[in-house]
Amino acid sequence: MAPAIAIKDLSKTYETGFEALKRVNLDIERGELFALLGPNGAGKTTLISIVCGLIKATGGTVKVEGHDIVTDYRAARSLIGLVPQELTTEAFETVRATVSFSRGLFGLKKDPAHVENVLRQLSLWDKRDNKIITLSGGMKRRVLIAKALAHEPRVLFLDEPTAGVDVELRRDMWEIVRGLRESGVTIILTTHYIEEAEEMADRVGVINNGEIILVEEKSELMQKLGRKRLILQLGSTISAIPDGLASYDLELSGQGDELVYTYDTHGGRTGITNLMNDLRDSGLRLKDLQTKQDSLEKIFVDLVHKD
Amino acid sequence: MNYRAILAIYQFEMNRTKRTIFQSVVSPVISTALYFVVFGAAIGSQISEVEGISYGAFIVPGLTMLSILTQSISNASFGIYFPRFTGTIYEVMSAPVSFIEIVIGYVGAAATKAVLVGSIILITATFFVDLRIEHPVWMVAFLLLTAITFSLFGFIIGIWSANFEQLQFVPLLVVTPLAFLGGSFYSINMLPEFWQKVTLLNPAVYLISGFRWSFYGQADVNVLLSFGMTFVFLGICLVLIRRIFKSGYRLRA
Repeated sequence: MAPAIAIKDLSKTYETGFEALKRVNLDIERGELFALLGPNGAGKTTLISIVCGLIKATGGTVKVEGHDIVTDYRAARSLIGLVPQELTTEAFETVRATVSFSRGLFGLKKDPAHVENVLRQLSLWDKRDNKIITLSGGMKRRVLIAKALAHEPRVLFLDEPTAGVDVELRRDMWEIVRGLRESGVTIILTTHYIEEAEEMADRVGVINNGEIILVEEKSELMQKLGRKRLILQLGSTISAIPDGLASYDLELSGQGDELVYTYDTHGGRTGITNLMNDLRDSGLRLKDLQTKQDSLEKIFVDLVHKD
Repeated sequence: MNYRAILAIYQFEMNRTKRTIFQSVVSPVISTALYFVVFGAAIGSQISEVEGISYGAFIVPGLTMLSILTQSISNASFGIYFPRFTGTIYEVMSAPVSFIEIVIGYVGAAATKAVLVGSIILITATFFVDLRIEHPVWMVAFLLLTAITFSLFGFIIGIWSANFEQLQFVPLLVVTPLAFLGGSFYSINMLPEFWQKVTLLNPAVYLISGFRWSFYGQADVNVLLSFGMTFVFLGICLVLIRRIFKSGYRLRA
């Protein structure tokens, strides 16, 4: 069975000469939830836009469930739903009209029952006759999802669906996405949020400078992500780490007034309690402390830079 | 052929007309009615007949054509420019819809609106002047052909425009002057011989002359030439649109 999305040697160079994608290869399996991560300008949206037919590739091929997006574009596009990053909605249309319009665009006959089902699923049914201009940002985001689901797609692209969305709504979105995935829809989502990938993705891909630099199962990724840093601000400067603390994964930084302890949050014991005890025994006085966790994006960009 | 998509785009555009009924339909009708009052009833009563037709009746085909031209262009150009401006065009471009289907949907709706406005203007005119239509089939043919041709032209302008200023540029500074100078308010035979020849370079002359012939059986230029020139312009628009869609110009980077 052909994968949901098969991308082979995909390249895109814009007229300005900017090389947005450099021979990208990526397969996304049917039914999986794939999170695509990368910094701004990495090529995420370009990649999605090519698959969805919004941008022309310079080289390479893309197939959606075996259908080429250029030579067999009708079959390929009819399988895809796209939720764009920007809140681009028709201001003066009603919610129900705009969702019905989307269904018509994909060549499907009117199905008020399906439209009602989608609107109810997204808690939009009460707003069905409201003009989109009167809705909040979060509701507009839901309308975009409803439009993308109007034609019952088998592959759904969510381009940063929770960008600028409050925590509660983000949780709602996760529930919606989870429900879709359970119904068998293949989902490709781009995000900046580590919790999002952690919460939902089966696999995670990282794109940077137009190249896919890593594709991993989430479980493997979490091991790398599980590492956190405890930053200990000392009351005075020291020239070296005291012998009593040599067994810890510590690094002296700042002006010699900062100790950084790296630990694994997924491990049963983080060693923090022992470290604190040994710090006291070493006679070091603490001024402040904080913990830091790198974003998924930063971790992988850092990895690339190391290469 | 994705007929449902064509219908969806067409209905979407027609709904926009319903929402903006004043701007889309009432406003052009009122302004044209004012022309009839001023040029037909007030000034027209002081002007002798033109080629055996009362001045008020003489200007009806030209005024209707003027409205058809401006309405076709503004409806079609705005129809495609606005989704480009707001970004909602993404949905059409990512749907299983061919370029021909997109054009039929948008241009079909724009032409329908223009014909609607043109028809209402003709009906309005009957309240002011004594109107007769000698060749109704040709009249309808000219009406439809002009509406479709200039809606295609408007569609091209809507894709070409990078901002609202450019969107207004061609309709205001090119089309309206050409229509005014193309014999909307006078017969080109009234001009000095030199300007009669210069005027023949104006494509609006052929449209207005042919349309007027379908009403009163009198034309400034041969009616077949009028019809042929409209087809030539239609052909140019179709070639341009084909090139736009093949290259993805301003629609697909």
